[in-house]
Amino acid sequence: MDYETVIGLEVHAQLLTASKMFCSCPNQFGDKPNTNICPVCTGQPGVLPVTNKKAVELAIKTALALNCTVEPSSVFARKHYFYPDLPKNLQISQYELPLATKGHLEIEVDGVKRKIGITRVHLEEDAGKLVHQGAARIMGADSSLVDYNRTGTPLMEIVSEPDLRSPREAAVYTETLANLLRYLAVTDAKMEEGSLRCDANISLRPKGEAKFGTKTEVKNINSFRAIEKALLAEEKRHEEVLSEGGKITQETRFFDDVTETTTGMRGKEYAHDYRYFPEPDLVPVEPPRTWVAEIKATIGELPWQRKARFVGLSVAGEAAQLLVNDKPLADFLDAAVKLGAKAPTVANWLIGDITAYCKENKKELAGLNFPPAELAELLTLIEKGTLSNKIAKEVLFTALQTGKPVKEIVAASGMTQISDEGELLKIAQEVVKSNPKQVEQYKGGKEAVMMFLVGQMMKATKGRANPEAATRLLKQALG
Amino acid sequence: MRIDVDHVARLARLGLTEAEKKLFADQLAAILDLAASLQKLDTETVPPTAHAIPMKNVLREDKASPCTDVEAIMANGPVIEDHMFKVPRIIEG
Ligand SMILES: [Zn+2]
Repeated sequence: MDYETVIGLEVHAQLLTASKMFCSCPNQFGDKPNTNICPVCTGQPGVLPVTNKKAVELAIKTALALNCTVEPSSVFARKHYFYPDLPKNLQISQYELPLATKGHLEIEVDGVKRKIGITRVHLEEDAGKLVHQGAARIMGADSSLVDYNRTGTPLMEIVSEPDLRSPREAAVYTETLANLLRYLAVTDAKMEEGSLRCDANISLRPKGEAKFGTKTEVKNINSFRAIEKALLAEEKRHEEVLSEGGKITQETRFFDDVTETTTGMRGKEYAHDYRYFPEPDLVPVEPPRTWVAEIKATIGELPWQRKARFVGLSVAGEAAQLLVNDKPLADFLDAAVKLGAKAPTVANWLIGDITAYCKENKKELAGLNFPPAELAELLTLIEKGTLSNKIAKEVLFTALQTGKPVKEIVAASGMTQISDEGELLKIAQEVVKSNPKQVEQYKGGKEAVMMFLVGQMMKATKGRANPEAATRLLKQALG
Repeated sequence: MRIDVDHVARLARLGLTEAEKKLFADQLAAILDLAASLQKLDTETVPPTAHAIPMKNVLREDKASPCTDVEAIMANGPVIEDHMFKVPRIIEG
């Protein structure tokens, strides 16, 4: 039988705030364990949590970019469960009345555009971190150590409708969403560091059947690559069970990145019964319309709109996508274009040499003292014929490395292209004289030898000859 | 109305004696009966409320401040290792 796969995703993103969700502990990663904790986030008796305005703002910003309706009134709720990473034995979340509902995100999978429904966007607090002892993971560990630094970190949950139809679509959806969230600067969306996490609900149904099959929830997906892998594994397992006439049990399953299989959680708690009720210590959030409008105004151009604009400036689609995936690059392009540089050329340098340099040296473009004006200057020098492409790359490298202005580097190095044709002709004559064998071959009809001769000119001028002029003058020298 | 005290106790991780189960079952039944009597009221024109006080939007500016009481909080843990709370095996098996 042919089956159709149905997937819905829950994406959790840690928000980029200075302080935690309900207390003023610093929201930062990598500090000594249990130093960013206070009576509020560790749930001491008698404390009063107060909602972080910035977290609400970032979640509203996200909701608006996802075409959601910001609810006139939303309420925090207590979700009860017992786990050592949860000091209060409850998590403050939102349940019946989330911050925003009913939106969508458009994704493009292999050239086909699809609209994926967003059920809700809500706010909650993150739990702490466990370090297991005696085993690498919780299964088999003898004991665990708990660090509550992460407890209370503002967390935004984005729930999709069961609109995804393949593991590949699920992966594209998550990447598109992560790119959007990064673009909006609401989270750094690093799956490997846990600032973006993804749980997937998957079920299969016979093709043409309207009713959903029994779903399982796949957890422990720790990288973008793992999304597709985990869901392919779970999809295959469902298909095998169903085609043998078996039944899928509704359960939570763990994905193992090494074996690329999912396993049911042993010793799993009995059916979820979170006993939600409104958090009595927190009053409803009713964002005034004026505030929502102000937040909306800060969003500006969305990544897909910007991509379309770049394509309109003759930037290739793939390059435009790479640029909007990394907002500082997109901003850089716009600034350079404003200074008169051509968009496709800027795009090539940005995603080519500049990105390569940043990756190699583990640096951010913003930290390199290489403003858009410098690239624009460099491109002007190439266009005017002052610099060859090859030399320009060297200038770029020096500029990125030293932070010195392009003009200064060029002036100091004498790397400008030789524009005096008389001088170039002299060099061409030299090349002809010292390579009689190749000249012979060329004259005998082997035109490809010209490449070699041009190369010799480049060598003699340390790359300062314009290749076109070199070819022309060599031909002149050859008579 | 009766309540499944075993279920509720298990959810709350409470170990109850038989006598306590009986005691709490009776008390919880009385609470449920009171709630049931409230259900009879006509609330058609009353908007649902999550809170008893008419307040909204109590928000704080996103400013971090140094954590105090850290060591006092740590002192609550029976076993501390590497400045972390040590807990017994979480999942059996
Ligand atoms: Zn705190």
